[in-house]
Amino acid sequence: MADQIQAIQEQVLQARSEGHKLNILGGGSKAFMGRNADPAAGTLSLAEHTGVVEYHPVELVLTVRAGTPLTEIEAVLAEHGQCLHFEPPHISETSTIGGTLACNLSGPSRPWAGSVRDQVLGVRLLNGKGEHLRFGGQVMKNVAGYDVSRLQAGAMGTLGVITEISLKVMPRPAATITLVREMAMDEVVDYMNRRAAEPKPITGACWVDGKVYLRLAGARSAVEATADKWGGDVVADGDTFWRQVQDLQHGFFDDQSTPLWRFSVGSTANMPALDGPWMIDWIGSQRWYRGEASISDLEPLARAAGGQVSLFRGGDRNGEVMHSQPEALKTIQRRVKNSFDPDGIFNPGRLYSWL
Amino acid sequence: MKTEAKASKAMLAEQFRSFIDPEFVITDDETLKPYECDGLAMYRELPMMVVLPDTVAHVQRVMRICHEHSVPVVARGAGTGLCAGAMPHKEGVVLSLAKFNHILEIDPVGRTARLQPGVRNLAISEEAAQHGLYYGPDPSSQIACTIGGNVAENSGGVHCLKYGLTVHNILSVEIITAEGDRVTVGSDGLDGCGMDLLALLTGSEGLLGVVTEVKVKLLPKPEVAQVIMAGFDSIEKAGDAVGAVISHGIIPGGLEMMDGHAILAADDFCGAGYPRDAKALLLCEVDGTEEEVHEHIAEAEGVFRKLGATSIRTSQSEDERALLWKGRKSAFPAVGRISPDYYCMDGTIPRRHLARVLLEMETMSKQFGLRVANVFHAGDGNLHPLILFDANVPGEFDRAEAFGSAILELCVAVGGCITGEHGVGVEKIRQMAVQFNDEELQQFHDVKVAFDPTGILNPGKGVPTLKFCQEYRSIEHKQHKHEQADAAHG
Repeated sequence: MADQIQAIQEQVLQARSEGHKLNILGGGSKAFMGRNADPAAGTLSLAEHTGVVEYHPVELVLTVRAGTPLTEIEAVLAEHGQCLHFEPPHISETSTIGGTLACNLSGPSRPWAGSVRDQVLGVRLLNGKGEHLRFGGQVMKNVAGYDVSRLQAGAMGTLGVITEISLKVMPRPAATITLVREMAMDEVVDYMNRRAAEPKPITGACWVDGKVYLRLAGARSAVEATADKWGGDVVADGDTFWRQVQDLQHGFFDDQSTPLWRFSVGSTANMPALDGPWMIDWIGSQRWYRGEASISDLEPLARAAGGQVSLFRGGDRNGEVMHSQPEALKTIQRRVKNSFDPDGIFNPGRLYSWL
Repeated sequence: MKTEAKASKAMLAEQFRSFIDPEFVITDDETLKPYECDGLAMYRELPMMVVLPDTVAHVQRVMRICHEHSVPVVARGAGTGLCAGAMPHKEGVVLSLAKFNHILEIDPVGRTARLQPGVRNLAISEEAAQHGLYYGPDPSSQIACTIGGNVAENSGGVHCLKYGLTVHNILSVEIITAEGDRVTVGSDGLDGCGMDLLALLTGSEGLLGVVTEVKVKLLPKPEVAQVIMAGFDSIEKAGDAVGAVISHGIIPGGLEMMDGHAILAADDFCGAGYPRDAKALLLCEVDGTEEEVHEHIAEAEGVFRKLGATSIRTSQSEDERALLWKGRKSAFPAVGRISPDYYCMDGTIPRRHLARVLLEMETMSKQFGLRVANVFHAGDGNLHPLILFDANVPGEFDRAEAFGSAILELCVAVGGCITGEHGVGVEKIRQMAVQFNDEELQQFHDVKVAFDPTGILNPGKGVPTLKFCQEYRSIEHKQHKHEQADAAHG
């Protein structure tokens, strides 16, 4: 539990005056994401900047320092029967809330519970001028000023150092049941979407290894009644399955020598014509593919499915790993970057080569 | 810019009329009049002209021309906004999106709707109902307000705690940038690569781009909804009851509170059968499957009883549910009946400070000599104090404004914010200086420049100039304190 803000701020100001760059590092669990870090840049560590700043269970609001590990946060919430509803992936035990927001990572409940971006209420951010700024707040409805807090989701630290985050938290569901049945890949997208269109307490829909898993969670009576109605086999240890999917620890992710691609597409879109192992999560909106390919070959397939593709793990990380941007948005993002970090200090080239 | 814009009115109109039906390039004062304000009618300005294009390509041409000549552009939907965010610029063009009122596509399986920006909020749910779906955010103006305006304001409504705001319920928007580029932000996927510009655009009050298409998520309509009405003899007890229900693990679909003044006004207005002697009333709606609602209603009733509710009534039919909600939904017009005018505020506070804030508001009410009634989105902490005044009495509106300003500053002081869902616009631009420091405001200005280098989109709204803030914090602020003191002694 320590407030390291002064030391962090000094390091930023020093980098600015000496004209060098900084790679921002939390727990280091997501170092494999994004483009390769600039080897010439120094390291700005947030690993010591940890601790819960404020937590009001009755308000459903938590404020924590960005370097706080997810496990620590979840232990505090569990004492009050609450949780991070977006089920952040624990890539490892060191994964922090700051890194989770910077990479915008959320787990299997995401289509229903929203993402980490959706649950963020406010941030404190150290910009490239060394100014420690506060955006958003600790309340659920707040439209004063631009939504700079949510802008950080997926920006991968290119806009500044997230130092503190306020989040909406939610009660843990009273009961959970996981149903499983065998299903071919070409049928499953339609099946999952039709189930999701029913007003039932569903909070997970994932297909892997020829089986579709549906998770029901909420009031016990509602979960049991829906399980009876829908049928399928009840998975004895369903929580373990979802935990593995959430943390990218499922057997599907074991092969780390083949590039792992993430398609974020329309939930009902046809499967891209690619042979290889697939995992379909989020009712069809998030599709994992493992195979050798180039991003420029996959982009048209993602676009045809209404979305985007990124090289999540492995492969060539000196080239672009994120879906390309149209020229107008490229210009705007360059200017936005410049407005927060005029000297280009933070995470140079990590998100895109041109940022 | 000033002289250039003035000099070019005729030239601009001529250019616009070359591709927009001349009838819809409005330049005469009489026809411009209805556009002079939005839902906050105290702030008025006649624009130089109003244009109503009917294709996106034409919107793009309007933007390019305005960009070229540095002419301010104020985009406008239904004009129901409550912060003067759509108040015209006197040397600018009002760009009305009223003609873009078509639902382009509903995907019942994928649960999405593709919409033109002028589609009314309620029309989305009406159209989706045939598929058992609806659109979540339901601002109280939903019968008239448009989805484009909802995106600009990040509109909420009574179901936010469970179903989120506009930002949580949209997938993508197509915008025309200040420089006239047509671009889609977001996708059919739930997230995308790069910075989350979709979040940044949502709630940006027309300062960063003009929305020309929106893709929203639709939700399955809950099987059942039931509402509990619970009366309490103090605000504190009602506030505790809200916290206790949530601590129980129940997230109500809607959770509203009204104070004694609002209860009486609403009950007089529509005979909802509210407990007239109660000091606070809670409406707690639970929705979901039959089993879930049954379970949660029983639990919530138990919580309210235990915490000293003086009356409890649970709807047993759809008609009864509608009746219980009717009082809350007509609270604004009901208050309108007991006062010539009212001024609706929109602060948000951490719920634990509710009793303190309402108490201080009572004190201020005496100081300013104006009554105040409170309706409150209790689940998410969003307060709507209605300050009652008479615009025909000289000085009363000024006092109402000063009172409102004091309320918003109080919201900030207890850790809340100056606007939960109505936006900053012109109305709350002074209080921005209370919520943000100069460095933060400068960062906002720098973000604006990234989207709009020449500053033509809705200038003068949303973010105050630093000079203005410094003056407000010193001189004007002191003046307000004096006014407050004068009112107290007067």
